[in-house]
Amino acid sequence: MLIKLPRASDCKESEVTPESIYLSRRSLMGATATALAVSALPSWASAADPSRYEGVDASSAPAWLNDKLGQTRWGAVTVQGEAITPFKDATHYNNFYEFGTGKGDPAVNAGALKTEPWSVVIDGEVAKPGRYALEDFMKPYQLEERIYRLRCVEAWSMVIPWIGFPISALLKQVEPTSKAKYIRFETLQDPKSMPGQRSGFALINWPYVEGLRLDEAMNPLAILGVGMYGRELPNQNGAPLRLVVPWKYGFKSVKSIVRISLVSEQPETTWANLAPSEYGFYANVNPEVDHPRWTQARERRLPSGLFSPNVRETAMFNGYGEEVASLYTGMNLRKNY
Amino acid sequence: MRYPFWRLSVFVVACVWPLLWLYQAWIFALGPDPGKVLVDRLGLGTLVLVLITLCMTPLQKLSGWPGWIAVRRQLGLWCFAYVCLHLAAYLFFVLGLDWSQLGVELVKRPYIIVGSLAFLCLLALAVTSNRYSQRRLGRRWKQLHRLIYAVLGLGLLHFLWIVRADLEEWSIYAAIGALLMLLRVPAVARRIPRLAGRKPATAKKV
Repeated sequence: MLIKLPRASDCKESEVTPESIYLSRRSLMGATATALAVSALPSWASAADPSRYEGVDASSAPAWLNDKLGQTRWGAVTVQGEAITPFKDATHYNNFYEFGTGKGDPAVNAGALKTEPWSVVIDGEVAKPGRYALEDFMKPYQLEERIYRLRCVEAWSMVIPWIGFPISALLKQVEPTSKAKYIRFETLQDPKSMPGQRSGFALINWPYVEGLRLDEAMNPLAILGVGMYGRELPNQNGAPLRLVVPWKYGFKSVKSIVRISLVSEQPETTWANLAPSEYGFYANVNPEVDHPRWTQARERRLPSGLFSPNVRETAMFNGYGEEVASLYTGMNLRKNY
Repeated sequence: MRYPFWRLSVFVVACVWPLLWLYQAWIFALGPDPGKVLVDRLGLGTLVLVLITLCMTPLQKLSGWPGWIAVRRQLGLWCFAYVCLHLAAYLFFVLGLDWSQLGVELVKRPYIIVGSLAFLCLLALAVTSNRYSQRRLGRRWKQLHRLIYAVLGLGLLHFLWIVRADLEEWSIYAAIGALLMLLRVPAVARRIPRLAGRKPATAKKV
């Protein structure tokens, strides 16, 4: 017998989607069927179906990635009663300081990033360290579509349909030793293609580093992403491989990963190092703990119109408390912000 | 009134930017968070106008053309107009007109306190910008209006505390501001050469 316990992040009856949107779900299902049919075609024809979402730029993923994207388990995790952020906004309003500090800079500059060939180093406290071509690195994993809320520490938020796989699956492959307590991620350092790393006035000590406690990384919500909106990741969104942890502020979700290390000590992470009073290691979304320069109680859900600002209350753990709150039992989240 | 066309041109150029930005926001050309973009642009616009205003005296000294001084008051008032729009945009788009939150921000956030001080200075300068105040205040008017130097410093500090990761842009504005202040150090100011125009009647003959 199947007993289904409702979770807090599930839909309440008061949030039932209007019929017009419900009906459009059928066209989405139709698109899914099409995608399935398309995935049966040879690889040159099986480009991930961009018509799944409106206004998505054509994909130019390598064949192996298109194959994988075609077999994605669509809608594996969704959000209820929330509109997905338009592709144009999710790809033209980014914080990716390697490509400049303006929100539009990454979309302008990230074209210079060469994502193929790409290799990922696995090292530290693991039984199977190594350096893998991304294609081989990705082989064992079944991709899933995860529609998550994204809450930036700057008090804006989006809803994004990611494509990726749980970090727990990766950990199963690389076999952490008993000494492994944290997982550390490192972004590419390549001043030639990353103008932000060439700036003599940058306060950041490149490369960008982020990390999670091992049990956080094992949480089923934590994924490594390779795609969004039914296609591969655009460069400005962290191609070809990025972290997505929806219950933490966006800066934890490190982009364009080249190195994953299992370590025994809490890693020194970029923002927590640069401004420890403003950004903590945990960086869990928490409406009760302000950033020193602004409140975190509310957020602007983008797109937010000029005269119809889309401001909403921020939820503890970005609304994923039921899934992740137990990770922090007994911890003072005001201190460990 | 002297230089009517010049004054009008300055007026048009100064007022066209906020209108253009508002229009861009209206047609969704400012991205998904237009309110924030407007706040930032109006703030930066204020700083740029303060720097331009502070250029007028050195330019007049260099060129000998009185037209620079003829538009100085107007430019100062544009600084005030921009800072008002910046503040209004902040209250509307960032705080959502939540006045209790404004109280919290005013107490807790140093960059908001510094920005508010700069606003109060500009307010004092705008209120006393008329001829009546000039007559009433006499010599103290000039002393009072040196507050614009404080506005520059507070504005740059306000900007510095918003910078998160790259100081390049801030450094450019700070360097220009420092240069303009340097030109006002008496020892330096006396040595500003006159490149064109007639010598002032009071030029010393040794």
